[in-house]
Amino acid sequence: MSSALVLLIARDLRRAWIGGGALLPVAFFLLVAILFPFAIGPDAKLLARVGGGVLWAAALLAALIPIERLVAPDMASGVIDQLLTRGQSAATIAFAKLIAHWLAFAPPILLAALPAAALLNLSPETLIRVEIGLLIGTPGLAALALATGALVAGLRGAGAIAGLLLLPLAVPLLIFGAGSLDGGVGALKLLAAVSLVLVAGAPFVAGAAIRAGLD
Amino acid sequence: MLTFDAVTCVRGGRALFEGLSLALGPGDAALVTGPNGVGKSSLIRLAAGLLFPAAGRITGDATRALLTDQASLDEELPLARALAFWARLDRAANNVAVALDALALSDLADVPVRLLSTGQRRRAAIARVIASGAPLWLLDEPANGLDTAALGLLETAIAKHRASSGAVLVASHTPITLPDAIAIELSQHLPQLEPAA
Repeated sequence: MSSALVLLIARDLRRAWIGGGALLPVAFFLLVAILFPFAIGPDAKLLARVGGGVLWAAALLAALIPIERLVAPDMASGVIDQLLTRGQSAATIAFAKLIAHWLAFAPPILLAALPAAALLNLSPETLIRVEIGLLIGTPGLAALALATGALVAGLRGAGAIAGLLLLPLAVPLLIFGAGSLDGGVGALKLLAAVSLVLVAGAPFVAGAAIRAGLD
Repeated sequence: MLTFDAVTCVRGGRALFEGLSLALGPGDAALVTGPNGVGKSSLIRLAAGLLFPAAGRITGDATRALLTDQASLDEELPLARALAFWARLDRAANNVAVALDALALSDLADVPVRLLSTGQRRRAAIARVIASGAPLWLLDEPANGLDTAALGLLETAIAKHRASSGAVLVASHTPITLPDAIAIELSQHLPQLEPAA
């Protein structure tokens, strides 16, 4: 890895953590997990049955929270201009942002899944499957968040539009992620394939969006 | 270091200027002038590779340092650390102290960027350009927000850069002293009106 990439990742990570920005998605994730038992009622069996799917939906919604501050602030403050002038490609910038976003977003969600699983009365086996699924699926979610963040950067009401753009594209992740809860290895493989495609494609989509936003 | 060959710039479907040629070698300076909206900033962004010409060619392989109206320094960091991020990207981390000194900012090195005044921010952005060590400077309205003393520091820094065979392209609507600069008056390159096709 080039030193420029490491510098960019370190800067984005630092900026994600200052002001508690990286804690917001986790708080949101936990909030959904807390609200669900209230809405469904204290039926432990029912909660255990739907809990895994709830965690997946919560993770997906949590991925939406940081979208607006992934790319737009750097475009507004001229940081992207400076990086492009230095000969960094837009796709490299986007790739660094993808890694930094995953590092700031996924590990806290994986940790937060532990108390959330307790709230939803999940069995240890289901919890392990959720964790494995999230580990494989969150890079794809981060990639989607980055690409949509770059596409809507500079638009008014960007957050709402980003949600409309991201959620349909995230459906395959949700289907295979929740599908893997039954213990099927096939669903995990498909989840990994979807995640890989998203991670491979997103830097180029985001890079093209950043370039298009310059004019 | 930088060559414009009959460059035409189109923004938002409107031609800003056309047929602009320019050659900058080591030690050269060019001063772009013209009224607001004539395309000075677009010309700087063309030179930085952020925009592409609608016609003509732009060549040059020199490393560039860009100054725009944004300082592009992380607001929450102390000035010296915010500058060090860019200097490290440019593999010139040792230049920060010298650059701060050149713009009389050494006393503010530990002050967070968000507390700086407009003029101090501007000087910090110029310090970023100096610290980059890039041979080609692209300065868009460098004198904005500077007081007389700071303008003197800027002119000294540019002179020093040219003396060490650097080149500088300046767009400015306020007077700035650039000895022997190539003068480019953009309003003389306005697109010729063509009969409607």
